[in-house]
Amino acid sequence: MQHSEKIESNITSVELIKALTNIVSSEAVLFEQEDLKPYECDGLSAYRAVPLVVVLPDTIEQVQQILALCHNHHVPVVARGAGTGLSGGALPHEQGVLLSLARFKNILHIDAKRRIARVQPGVRNLAISQAVDQFGLYYAPDPSSQIACTIGGNVAENSGGVHCLKYGLTVHNIQQLKIITIEGELLTIGGSGLDSAGYDLLALMTGSEGMLGVIVEVTVKLLPKPERAQVLLAAFDDVVKAGEAVGNIIAAGIIPAGLEMMDKLAISAAEDFVHAGYPLDAEAILLCELDGTNEEVSEHVLKVRAVLNSSGATEVRTAKDEAERVIFWKGRKAAFPAVGRLSPDYYCMDGTIPRKQLPRVLKTMADLSAEYNLPVANVFHAGDGNLHPLILYDANIPGELERTEEFGGKILELCVEVGGAITGEHGIGMEKINQMCVQFNSLELTQFHAVKAAFDPLGLLNPGKAVPTLHRCAEFGAMHVHKGELPFPELERF
Amino acid sequence: MSADISQQLQQQLLHAVEQRRSLRIVGGNSKAFYGREVVAETLSVAGHHGVLNYEPTELVITLRAGTPLSEVEKILDDNGQMLPFEPPAFGDKATIGGTIACNLSGPRRAYAGATRDYLLGCKIINGKGEILTFGGEVMKNVAGYDVSRLMAGAMGTLGVLLEVSLKVLPKVETEVTRLFHCSAVEALDKMHAWSQTPLPVSATSYHDSILRVRLSGASKAVNAAVSHIGGEAMENAGQYWQDLKEHRLDFFNTEKPLWRLSLASDIEPGRLVNAGEGDVLYEWGGALRWLRSDAPAQMIQAAVAELDGHASIFRYADQSTIFQPLTPGLLRIHKNLKQAFDPHNILNPGKLYPEL
Ligand SMILES: Cc1cc2nc3c(=O)[nH]c(=O)nc-3n(C[C@H](O)[C@H](O)[C@H](O)COP(=O)(O)OP(=O)(O)OC[C@H]3O[C@@H](n4cnc5c(N)ncnc54)[C@H](O)[C@@H]3O)c2cc1C
Repeated sequence: MQHSEKIESNITSVELIKALTNIVSSEAVLFEQEDLKPYECDGLSAYRAVPLVVVLPDTIEQVQQILALCHNHHVPVVARGAGTGLSGGALPHEQGVLLSLARFKNILHIDAKRRIARVQPGVRNLAISQAVDQFGLYYAPDPSSQIACTIGGNVAENSGGVHCLKYGLTVHNIQQLKIITIEGELLTIGGSGLDSAGYDLLALMTGSEGMLGVIVEVTVKLLPKPERAQVLLAAFDDVVKAGEAVGNIIAAGIIPAGLEMMDKLAISAAEDFVHAGYPLDAEAILLCELDGTNEEVSEHVLKVRAVLNSSGATEVRTAKDEAERVIFWKGRKAAFPAVGRLSPDYYCMDGTIPRKQLPRVLKTMADLSAEYNLPVANVFHAGDGNLHPLILYDANIPGELERTEEFGGKILELCVEVGGAITGEHGIGMEKINQMCVQFNSLELTQFHAVKAAFDPLGLLNPGKAVPTLHRCAEFGAMHVHKGELPFPELERF
Repeated sequence: MSADISQQLQQQLLHAVEQRRSLRIVGGNSKAFYGREVVAETLSVAGHHGVLNYEPTELVITLRAGTPLSEVEKILDDNGQMLPFEPPAFGDKATIGGTIACNLSGPRRAYAGATRDYLLGCKIINGKGEILTFGGEVMKNVAGYDVSRLMAGAMGTLGVLLEVSLKVLPKVETEVTRLFHCSAVEALDKMHAWSQTPLPVSATSYHDSILRVRLSGASKAVNAAVSHIGGEAMENAGQYWQDLKEHRLDFFNTEKPLWRLSLASDIEPGRLVNAGEGDVLYEWGGALRWLRSDAPAQMIQAAVAELDGHASIFRYADQSTIFQPLTPGLLRIHKNLKQAFDPHNILNPGKLYPEL
């Protein structure tokens, strides 16, 4: 598949490689086909492209020089952390440099008193919590990919995790960034206080998918580990009842640390994989984690148990010890790979919806599943309305990937229709670029392009990702006329 | 009460664009003292009023920007919920739009997050008169750049807020305040010791040799925390935190300019002597310090910048608010962003910085 947006560089590839080896040592510049291959995709392997060259700097100065070089010669640059992204954000550009931050692996400073850690962008998410554990602290956002994904990637995607209902997303848990602009200038965003002067560039950078600058340092906020965490598992004979139970818990004035739902297919896949003891006859299970002080947790466990029972749970279990708590979660955290074992391929969606729309969305999804004849397993960050439908397919069957993508696209459009969004945490990348035309109108997209130009007027950072051109939307709109309205009526049709 | 005047607001803005005249955006005018002076025709948002969507179990409320803050707080309170960032109102006219535009947060900020942290989405009119929607009413949404949060604290220089969606939380069950008599150094030590543990602290302040700490949460948790930290019980604590938030304490009744310093929480008192440290009130575990000082602005800001923080004159100065100067690189990005949203310099020009 050809994805790369055309950019006219004024340097040959031989000259570019030579110039890069003047900045970093030659073993840190990869250009042989076999060396480039491992970088051709991120976690969304359906999209592949081989970059011109991969470069692996290990100092900030080198990143500055690389970006200045690319800027001077109009060479596209795609930043890459661990490549676990699920929307093709780190998909290389065929005429460009793939800038890997993998060698920025150091935790630079831990300040337990201020409860912060200053780390390089290539540090793995989980490594931060492990390093600060000795101080009784942890870093709250915990994507399921946390053993592999980098903090730089987390900032670029504004990643969430099962604990973000109570503790927030990446944007709520960082304090300062150092970024390099496409011109090669080092900027410090945020400060050592809780806020900083001027516009909230920290928020703007978070979730910007490598489009505005390259993150070279992150100061994260740390939290004291809760005195106690307790998880309840509730089984339901009906998905809708499980959804209502979520609203009832919140109506009781309790914000759980995590509140996750899995449907029947996801339950059985996870159970086969990790043997968590999940009830296989249930239509849905809820995992509800409560944390805080000892007394608070005891009080809340009683309350939540009562709410779950009165919401029609067929069974409510409380993890009897820490080992059982871990195993309850393990099934959830391994849900993607577990579902992956059911089918040659799976496609993970990431829409968000107002929670009350869950019955309607599940119903429509089931209808679509039957229509496309593709099974769907549902994993749901239920507390904050973030759905992860996993569509099972086989890429070796001609046309099945295309049908899967079309089905996935319809799910996202449904999310928008019920007042939600096309991505809660995985980002737009290359994958959802068409659905951006459904979520936003042309004036809004134009405003996004203007924001991009405020940082990167030549459009060299991650070209073609995250925000579609209006022409792309017009083409897409021509194929998908929505409720009889022609989107982007002001643009000519081709 | 409910009224949609977005059409009129857009018309007035488009007219101003046509004539290249700037506008001074006003909500309840309760924070007119804050920010630099803008001399321009008024664009009054107060009439754009009403709750558009509120479902307590979704933890989200969507409001027109001119809705009075007091009204918002009342509706939430009636439903057992609250704005977790405890925004100061500074008078009874404050609107939710002005609250977001100034991004000021109250005592709970260090423990629950700032105004910007609870902003989920907004509808704005940009400087070209275009009505645009960003973010939404769901907790998680990473489609497109986070333009909503960019509006928080931009003080109207990037767009006129028409509607905002906010995450809300259940009210806390029990609240207790304890007080301690100690030095500033001891107070900082205590606040940091507490912050290392999962105690349900929701506010702290120190002034005049008295450290106050508020504990909020499930009653059993609060009681356990009280016996853990000790101290004396405080009468009328609810009123105290209100008065602190609204700057009604004696401390704020000053002849001298009032400075707001935002810095690392553990900066020892002695390290601010260059800022002409005299009378300081601490909040947010030490990360926010109010300073009464008539030392020259440059001196204070240089001293605070040295400590990697920032300082602004909040009020009672001859000049209007002076914000900490930006580095040249950041100023360039700020100017580019202003250009991206308001190319004709219509919206609150100079409110934040002369260049924006
Ligand atoms: C099994 C599995 C489970 C997952 N679970 C979750 C989950 O629970 N929650 C969640 O939010 N995500 C989840 N993800 C998605 C993914 O792990 C996150 O998006 C993660 O933050 C990506 O980090 P990365 O280091 O792999 O980034 P990459 O994939 O390498 O890059 C992601 C994007 O960030 C940009 N980027 C990377 N580093 C930088 C930098 N230093 N400066 C500027 N831009 C940069 C890239 O250009 C790209 O656009 C999951 C993925 C997998 C495979």
